[in-house]
Amino acid sequence: MSRIDVRKTYKLYIGGQFPRSESGRSYVVNDAKGRLLANAAQASRKDARDAVVAARAAFGGWSTRTAYNRAQVVYRIAEVLEGRREQFEAELRAAEGITAAKARTYVDAAIDRLVWYAGWADKITQVVGNANPVAGPFFNLSTPEPSGVIAVVAPRGALLGLVSVVAPLIITGNTVVVIASEDNPLTAITLGEVMATSDLPGGVVNVLTGSQAEIAPWLASHMDVNGIDLTGVEDAELATELEVSAADNLKRVRRPAPDTDWLAEPGLDRMTQFLETKTVWHPIGV
Amino acid sequence: MSTPTPTNVFEYAPAPESRAIVDIKPSYGLFINGEFVDGNGTSFKTVNPATEEVLAEVAEANDADVDEAVKAARRAYTRVWSRMSGAERAKYLYRIARIIQERGRELAVLESIDNGKPIKESRDVDVPIVAAHFFYYAGWADKLKYSGYGETPLGVAGQVIPWNFPLLMLAWKIAPALACGNTVVLKPAETTPLTALLFAEICQQADLPPGVVNIVTGAGETGRAIVSHPDVDKVAFTGSTEVGKAIARAVAGSDKKVTLELGGKAANIVFDDAPLDQAVEGIVNGIFFNQGHVCCAGSRLLVQESVADEVLERLKRRMSTLRMGDPLDKNTDVGAINSGEQLKRIRELSEVGDAEGAERWEVACDLPTKGFWFPPTLFTGVSQAHRIAREEIFGPVLSVLTFRTPSEAVEKANNTPFGLSAGVWTDKGSRILSMANRLRAGVVWANTFNKFDPTSPFGGYKESGYGREGGRHGLEAYLKGADQ
Repeated sequence: MSRIDVRKTYKLYIGGQFPRSESGRSYVVNDAKGRLLANAAQASRKDARDAVVAARAAFGGWSTRTAYNRAQVVYRIAEVLEGRREQFEAELRAAEGITAAKARTYVDAAIDRLVWYAGWADKITQVVGNANPVAGPFFNLSTPEPSGVIAVVAPRGALLGLVSVVAPLIITGNTVVVIASEDNPLTAITLGEVMATSDLPGGVVNVLTGSQAEIAPWLASHMDVNGIDLTGVEDAELATELEVSAADNLKRVRRPAPDTDWLAEPGLDRMTQFLETKTVWHPIGV
Repeated sequence: MSTPTPTNVFEYAPAPESRAIVDIKPSYGLFINGEFVDGNGTSFKTVNPATEEVLAEVAEANDADVDEAVKAARRAYTRVWSRMSGAERAKYLYRIARIIQERGRELAVLESIDNGKPIKESRDVDVPIVAAHFFYYAGWADKLKYSGYGETPLGVAGQVIPWNFPLLMLAWKIAPALACGNTVVLKPAETTPLTALLFAEICQQADLPPGVVNIVTGAGETGRAIVSHPDVDKVAFTGSTEVGKAIARAVAGSDKKVTLELGGKAANIVFDDAPLDQAVEGIVNGIFFNQGHVCCAGSRLLVQESVADEVLERLKRRMSTLRMGDPLDKNTDVGAINSGEQLKRIRELSEVGDAEGAERWEVACDLPTKGFWFPPTLFTGVSQAHRIAREEIFGPVLSVLTFRTPSEAVEKANNTPFGLSAGVWTDKGSRILSMANRLRAGVVWANTFNKFDPTSPFGGYKESGYGREGGRHGLEAYLKGADQ
């Protein structure tokens, strides 16, 4: 008789912990052939707010770490992901019904993307900041700083899509509350396990699973969220509603991008869109 | 603590700048497609806030006028401006910069008449920076490929500007837009339209192709028509946070790119080791420059407890020497409040300060009987919960709070939904850099305040808006980006 396997309970990832939804709700996640994969936690408004609290609490420490240190942590996520690649390939095949070769391609690309962004931590300031030659005796320097807590609606690509929207935010010092792909949320929680064991401080990335239409409006209108990335919002009407709510505290908004090719090399804009420019003046004199 | 007696330390004879240099017409139309046209809407009056004298009747653009202006801008974009080489665009912008310098006195006098700001400021700050701004961005027009933002313009830019720095805000909007190859429809504020209309004449003198710059005058409705026009690709707004939010909602779901430069409630932080006389000059400049009609004004003074009494005494003494009155007098330090409406708001918020228990001190001086005036004022005993510590007053009113430790100063300074600017005064270099890192504001002035330069990016964090104006960073708002 074959062994009965030990199934995993998929919960949320908030503040470095894996809690169930406080609402006690879950929803069925099927594989590509419509067979049960697991029950995922169905996050509520309260879970979203808890995640924002965790992200805000983590912001001060994470944003003031040295860029070198943030680079090492994100690189470490790539290392741990590499070590667990078979698990991710299997999950992607089961969830998305793709071939082994395709699953390998996505996992490779996700790992490489993390490495690519890791290297940006201590270079982005040099590329987008500069000294300003003002017409007077003043030292004047413009440097980028993270915007703060960013809410993200992740696109469908369960691993590569998710990594591609989260990595550019955390590498610059932002903290994140991300709503995983609604149809395909399980890999996001497994990625949470990778992050939790990669020296990433709790609260820097928080993962919610559940209904995009239910959770996203609470994040869009939350007054302690500084920006929102709508990449994964496919319903244009919902996207507009979220952008309208985001105006309540003038969140920085990234509009949906339905046709993104996640395998292509990204530009800088996923980082720069959630950076502020700070300009410091000081007189020069003896 | 002794309260200094407000006396006239020096008696000054009147030294008014002649207004003969400006020729204000009785009425003005809209500047569309290179010509002044009557427009289809009604009209409004612009007054001299120092005397309440009506200066001119100005056309109020309606939806049809705005549509005409956007069409003219689109035509100019498609047929002329986006096809012209950067080097040629640059030469037009250099021309404009030069004409602004040539007609600088005229622009300064007109600005002071229409706005109420002292001639000293319009002549020495506003107009020179306006010319410099066009000169700076002129040079970018043929170097965009080195900017880091690509070199593809957006199209037609709709721009709405405020009344506090009418011509300077026009320059901040138009210069980078044109350098990047966009065309513009700009609306000046309803209380200060005259220098923008004079700028339209300058565009004619420069032979700028028709439709590249269109100036439509009007109030909120005209602004709404520009922002929501479907053929506008880019919206740039400077003004109140409330209107900024309305604009962000209005463009939701569209492809319009937006930059917003909004309100502020800047902390000006004075440590006990600061050079106090310099700090006092900086505090005065921070809040009384331009009558406090400055979004980045240092309207919250955070002073370290151990030197609070001394700073306040010196500050009151210095405030008592400020000369208030005729904006055209070359000795005037503080001019007129820009409008009756703004004066009402300043009075109301100051009364809230009284009612909430803060202590008001104001310079004793005779206010002119006509016009809109408010004396330089400070409130002590202000707590963080007071409305005068939280809301933008946009007038010559300073709220004074104290702190003990650097961390407390940071905590209080950042305790606001705004994040436009901040000031730090201390002799200790490492403390300056630490404070500059921890303050959540787009501009940090250390041992100085209210400095502006075309090369230096300006703009806010949080509810002070998004995007930067000035410098290389200012190009980003008018280009599609390197990744597109």
